[in-house]
Amino acid sequence: MNNCIQVVKVGIADVKLVKAPDLIRTSGLGSCVGVIIFDFAKQIAGLAHIMLPSSSLAKQEEFNPAKYADTAIVHLVSLLKAEGASQHSLKAKMAGGAQMFQFTSMSDVMRIGPRNVEATRNELNQLKIPILSEDVGGNSGRTIEFDPKKGTLQIRTVNKGTHEI
Amino acid sequence: MVLKKGLKGKGKTMAMITQFTPLHLDILKEIGNIGAGNAATSLSKLLNKKIEMTVPDVQVVSFDEMFEMAGGVENIVAGVFLRIEGDAPGNMFFVLPLSQATNYIQHMIEDENFSFEKSSYMDHELALSALQELGNILAGSYLSALSDFTNLSLYPSVPAISIDMVGAIISAGLIEHSQISDYVIVIDTALNEDITAEAKTMKGHFFLLPDPESFQTIFQTLGVSKDE
Repeated sequence: MNNCIQVVKVGIADVKLVKAPDLIRTSGLGSCVGVIIFDFAKQIAGLAHIMLPSSSLAKQEEFNPAKYADTAIVHLVSLLKAEGASQHSLKAKMAGGAQMFQFTSMSDVMRIGPRNVEATRNELNQLKIPILSEDVGGNSGRTIEFDPKKGTLQIRTVNKGTHEI
Repeated sequence: MVLKKGLKGKGKTMAMITQFTPLHLDILKEIGNIGAGNAATSLSKLLNKKIEMTVPDVQVVSFDEMFEMAGGVENIVAGVFLRIEGDAPGNMFFVLPLSQATNYIQHMIEDENFSFEKSSYMDHELALSALQELGNILAGSYLSALSDFTNLSLYPSVPAISIDMVGAIISAGLIEHSQISDYVIVIDTALNEDITAEAKTMKGHFFLLPDPESFQTIFQTLGVSKDE
């Protein structure tokens, strides 16, 4: 049975869905934020690997909604609903938003990690999706894997090993 | 909303690259050649070893492909990152596999027991500052050669270092590009020690990522218009 479990991989600036017993994972989050929105009763979850805080930063006419916190979350919620998740039972977990490099002169570009976290939190609040747990900030990269069956998010960093939130 | 709608971002960057003639690509390769060539010479002097350099590769790649070029998104590497300010702003990375970084730093600090593969490296201030200095020397020689060749003023920031996953390190340098497209134009030059065949698989990479608007400046200063 165990070898039937698939791990859905989500790349940078991408959104995907998963149903139990499969797992969903994204690797090498630095300043990016990985946000999981899930309906525990329906055993369905989605993961967005967000790169930038706001679509107002987009300098292109047509853009990838998965890249920006505001559009990625709205997009993810609509995908989940299309698969039968109900809005009022949606919950979220998130990780990432680190500051990988410390520079003496910190421009806005270098503060992108904290800004991504803030934007993700705001967007989830607006949609009234509670954040059950989070592991954000710091200066380490993270690989995260969510299990929709248990509702747990496993986080792996280079120096601190693996833990669950 | 279509999930893969964003791939249209490719259109814009691809339009940019299709405007690049073979001459433009040659110029970008020459930039990699001159910069990394000078840096390889510095590295060779610093370590007293023969260092080989590959022919520079100029590519338009997706962000995920960029991580593959640097060794795979989850692969742990030693990364030196610096921001270039001045006439042609951009980002620069020097990425080393841990074994190779260990090898260089052991040599610099004359301590054979030191290793980036042991977690105790975090408390080894001398080794970390040696890595930063290595980045400083290499980036400085890359950029001064580039500056001489193009006559552009380029000012590197103090290099910042990180030992972490490729995805986490490289994504820090993709912010400028990501606002414009889902693709990045990268000038990649690999360095190798000229010893055994085994060592040939361990490559250090220079990645130069000029900001999207810097390409025009680079071409213009060398007397080639962007549309030529």
